[in-house]
Amino acid sequence: MLESTIQFILAGLTSGAIYALVGLGFTIIYNASHVINFAQGEFIVIGGMSTVALVAAGLPLPVAIVLATLVTMVVGLALARFAIQPAKDADVVALIIITIGASIFLRGIVQVVFGKDIHSLPHFSGETPLNLMGATLMPQSLWVMGISAALILVMAWFFNATLAGKAMLATAYNALAARLMGVDTKWVLLSAFALSALLGAVGGIVVTPITFVSYESGIMLGLKGFSAAVLGGLGNGIGAVAGGLILGVVEAMSAGYISSAYKDAIAFIIILVVLVARPNGLFGKKGIDRV
Amino acid sequence: MSAFLQRHRGLLILAACIVLLPLAVQNDYHYDVLINAGLNAIVVVGLNLLIGYAGQISLGHAAFFGLGAYASAILTTTYGWHSLAAMGAGMAGVGVLAYVVARPILRLKGHYLAMATLGIGIIISIVLNTEAHITGGPDGMSAAPFSVFGYTFQSEKSWYWLVGGCLLAAVWLSSNLIDSPIGRALRALHGAEVGARVVGIDTTHYKVLIFVISAIFASFAGSLFAHHTPTVTPSILGFIKSVEFVVMAVFGGMASVMGSVVGAVIMTLLPNLLASIEDYEPIILGAIMMGTMIFMPKGLVPTIAKMLRRKEAP
Repeated sequence: MLESTIQFILAGLTSGAIYALVGLGFTIIYNASHVINFAQGEFIVIGGMSTVALVAAGLPLPVAIVLATLVTMVVGLALARFAIQPAKDADVVALIIITIGASIFLRGIVQVVFGKDIHSLPHFSGETPLNLMGATLMPQSLWVMGISAALILVMAWFFNATLAGKAMLATAYNALAARLMGVDTKWVLLSAFALSALLGAVGGIVVTPITFVSYESGIMLGLKGFSAAVLGGLGNGIGAVAGGLILGVVEAMSAGYISSAYKDAIAFIIILVVLVARPNGLFGKKGIDRV
Repeated sequence: MSAFLQRHRGLLILAACIVLLPLAVQNDYHYDVLINAGLNAIVVVGLNLLIGYAGQISLGHAAFFGLGAYASAILTTTYGWHSLAAMGAGMAGVGVLAYVVARPILRLKGHYLAMATLGIGIIISIVLNTEAHITGGPDGMSAAPFSVFGYTFQSEKSWYWLVGGCLLAAVWLSSNLIDSPIGRALRALHGAEVGARVVGIDTTHYKVLIFVISAIFASFAGSLFAHHTPTVTPSILGFIKSVEFVVMAVFGGMASVMGSVVGAVIMTLLPNLLASIEDYEPIILGAIMMGTMIFMPKGLVPTIAKMLRRKEAP
């Protein structure tokens, strides 16, 4: 009983770490531009797929990872420059359509370039399971959790201790005031997309040995990341990370104890309950309307 | 008389198109595509009331379409109901469900509302996919033939006229709704929700009302779809299908009834036209979505109407 509970928690934390990264990506872009980037899931796929292709082309894994991350960041920059910036003043519905369009567009390109097959990567450090109080843990799960934690810490440092990060936070609070203080808000938008693409790509790469990657796998991961961000309260980075971990663990528990067929449904039921009880997320502030 | 023409110009043009189109139709496949376009148009006309007029997004409307389809399929086969009774039961059931979920979720705004409607859509689609002993699971199930007062709709041609008539009725209904006090309240709500509340409009009531109406439109079209299609499968109520409905509404033109019809028809025909380059279809679809929103955010029909008006004026 205890073993299986630990087992589920470990599995949940592994997928939760990825949801947290994707959720954090949503949050960074939302703060910089009030856009919900529905193409966030495609960053995961592009990162994973390009690494697979580069490794297949004979490059060593670390080189492939760096190159694939750069490729994804370029895609993120292009998305911001050619799809989001031209429509900066559009309303919420229009921006939602644009990013959903971008996700379909990118998914189409991935399918044409890499095909429809499901791919995997070798585990980074072997496949000998570790034993943890009776539960087994793949070394790759440690990679996923470790790298996610490291990235989240780097992000926290970037936003709290560097001038560039503070400029991005200032833009999130009040774009006009930030501009008046000399912050280049166009630059902020581009960097937000590049950072989010980086988080998505790295998340996608480390998780590919466990969950595999196909041109379609971004849809669900993107939605789960969005759920994580909403659960924590949109715009709240720590909230998104907590939301992702909570979502991952609850999902793994319900898959284990209730029904694996309803695993995905349960995640969304939780979101609905939270939204109805707390319309601004678990850690969100109450919004005020102006006429 | 001219006032009547003025008011119902769009409706008359649509009626003329529906009557004249069969002249260009050569085979049953063409009819099939047009029938699906008409069914999508009915859903989108309803959805556009919600998105375009009330300014509320729904990323879960395919679930209502799917519930209508499954209600018809299950009730007419497993339980042997009459097809009209099954359709009515589906619409009533979907209406009640939409009412129950609308009250709490329509308090949410913008992205939170998008998330909530998306979640409801996904939950319903997972349930229908999993409860295979009732719904046939991923293999789907078929409905009994559609019959009204002893006449059974079999040929593609008869279906074309049925769907054409229903579409006209849907367009007429929603145009009237928009010109009624409800429509004016909705526009006030879209403009400034707090402002609308201040002048005494019960905004929650109207939002819920329009959500329920649009869900019933979707359920109605879903029922017809179930009788027309060989098998109803869970793919018709997935997230992607919900997105397609929203795209049709937005591409054709938000807050434009005729725009909904045009959007639905173009977006239904497009995959068929692109069938020869199937692999590139998502790329083109995605590019159209982004391009429309960037270059004509009001959608196709309102943008063209504005251009024409500008030309007329000296």
